[in-house]
Amino acid sequence: MKDDSYVTSDGRTIGGVLMDLRRITLRFGGVEAIKDISFDIREGEIRAIIGPNGAGKSSMLNVISGFYVPQEGEVWFRGARRPPMKPFQVARQGIARTFQNIALFEGMTVLDNVMTGRLTQMKASMLSEAIWWGKAQREELANRERVERVIDFLEIQHIRKTPVGRLPYGLKKRVELARALAAQPRLLLLDEPMAGMNVEEKEDMSRFILDVNDEFGTTIALIEHDMGVVMDLSDRVVVMDYGRKIGDGTPHEVRNNQEVIDAYLGVAHD
Amino acid sequence: MPDQVLFAIEVTLNGLMAGVLYALVALGFVLIFKASGIFNYAQGVMALFAALTLVGIMDGQVPFAHLINVVFGTNVHHFGWTVPALLAIALTMVVMVGFAWAVNRLVLRHLVNQVPIILFMATIGLAYFLEGLGDMMWGADIKKLDVGLPQGINGWIDSTTFDAFGYGFFIDNLDIVATLIAAILVTGLVLFSQYTKQGRALRAVADDHQAALSVGISLSFIWVLVWSIAGFVALVAGIMWGAKSGVQFSLSLIALKALPVLMLGGFTSIPGAIVGGLIIGMGEKLFEFLVGAPYLGGATEIWFAYVLALVFLVFRPQGLFGEKIIERV
Repeated sequence: MKDDSYVTSDGRTIGGVLMDLRRITLRFGGVEAIKDISFDIREGEIRAIIGPNGAGKSSMLNVISGFYVPQEGEVWFRGARRPPMKPFQVARQGIARTFQNIALFEGMTVLDNVMTGRLTQMKASMLSEAIWWGKAQREELANRERVERVIDFLEIQHIRKTPVGRLPYGLKKRVELARALAAQPRLLLLDEPMAGMNVEEKEDMSRFILDVNDEFGTTIALIEHDMGVVMDLSDRVVVMDYGRKIGDGTPHEVRNNQEVIDAYLGVAHD
Repeated sequence: MPDQVLFAIEVTLNGLMAGVLYALVALGFVLIFKASGIFNYAQGVMALFAALTLVGIMDGQVPFAHLINVVFGTNVHHFGWTVPALLAIALTMVVMVGFAWAVNRLVLRHLVNQVPIILFMATIGLAYFLEGLGDMMWGADIKKLDVGLPQGINGWIDSTTFDAFGYGFFIDNLDIVATLIAAILVTGLVLFSQYTKQGRALRAVADDHQAALSVGISLSFIWVLVWSIAGFVALVAGIMWGAKSGVQFSLSLIALKALPVLMLGGFTSIPGAIVGGLIIGMGEKLFEFLVGAPYLGGATEIWFAYVLALVFLVFRPQGLFGEKIIERV
């Protein structure tokens, strides 16, 4: 990995390539959801994938997180080509994610949900766990510390013991972010983190995303179809339309790209 | 106290203890259903198979003896040793874990994303396969299972109640032990699922498969784990039932008694399985005593549980503790 890191205008360091997607093609039967797309995500940056509904953004995220396996192309992570993997294996490599339609454990409390984010970090044997002793106990305590820090950070202390099923939508989104963050991921994937939120909630979520990136140095890739939000938030943007990549660059570059304007901004939607 | 009331109390107590065994089998059903949405028809046969294997290992029986003798022209039946109960239980558990692994590897893995009825059918196939396998491995004769649990009338309860009421209650020591062990087992399971990593993973999988995958939980590992735990529960149930009435193939019929227990308690609730088991056990004994024997010519225990469950279904389909199923339109 060659070092071509640089410092952004707001003083954050963007490192080398963390994830590299090379000529990815994904088909469902005869339908091509992603057509020959390449782009990379660099250490420490906030990378957005935008595009109108049905552009293939979520499919792209699902390729990165291992939920879909592309028919063609290569996924490179931390300088090594990734063999086809199950989603849980991808998660164990340090890639955490949230879902567009929120996938939380509804019957469990907020605290328990966030604790599940730590599962990949826990190594105690089942036997020592069964008797709740030694390593298992130390681990549980260390994990609790990290989890409490994340909970504090995302300002959800007051609902720690509340079953998730009872929470309003906006808070659920935040709990899901907390769970992903608890895993201390190398790469955090957010699938429409602001979908269905009102303006105030969107502002809150934007602030959390920026703070997470700043405070924990977490690399973030996010999907959004609200163009305005993304432009303020991200370092670089990939634009997709009908499964193709039609733009890639800084928000400023993308905003002035004629093809992007035609395909995405030029057409009335929503 | 009048005799009739004392009899009724005694019958109730005995019913409760019979209910513990129903509850144990039902518990195995609930565990697998919660984690994977599979209604495991083979749960009862697993109890039978576990008990058969335990007896076989303890007695030093050669597995597949008939098959071996036919193929090789030998005449072996016993290794000539006996194995102590605790070691045999451990070995049986190894067999049950192996079974859990094989079921997932050879059957369920190929049926991922199939509709529930297909999975249910697969477990019916599994049940009869396992019954046949048990027969082939250990033979079809009724076996005596004695792992050293205390048996016979509890003298202390008998004499105490005799002193107090002038009538001694007949409570079997085995039933008391079974109740204690079941209580320990359930407590252990609850602690495991609430406070350990694997337990948390188990609850996570039961709640949402997709989310579980995204936090790095291997579904197939959890399924093997949960089938192993169900195998352990089956082993405990098999030991209790076997010690009580011998290891015989009618043991697998207790699985059917677990059905009304589940309808009553709900398919997804561990407390439901316990309470349901106790209600069914107590209900059928009490009904037989108060109504069945005097007015209906007896033998109501065969159908009472099912009719009670049917009545229950009509008024509360999700069971006492089950989650209400709301389909959003």
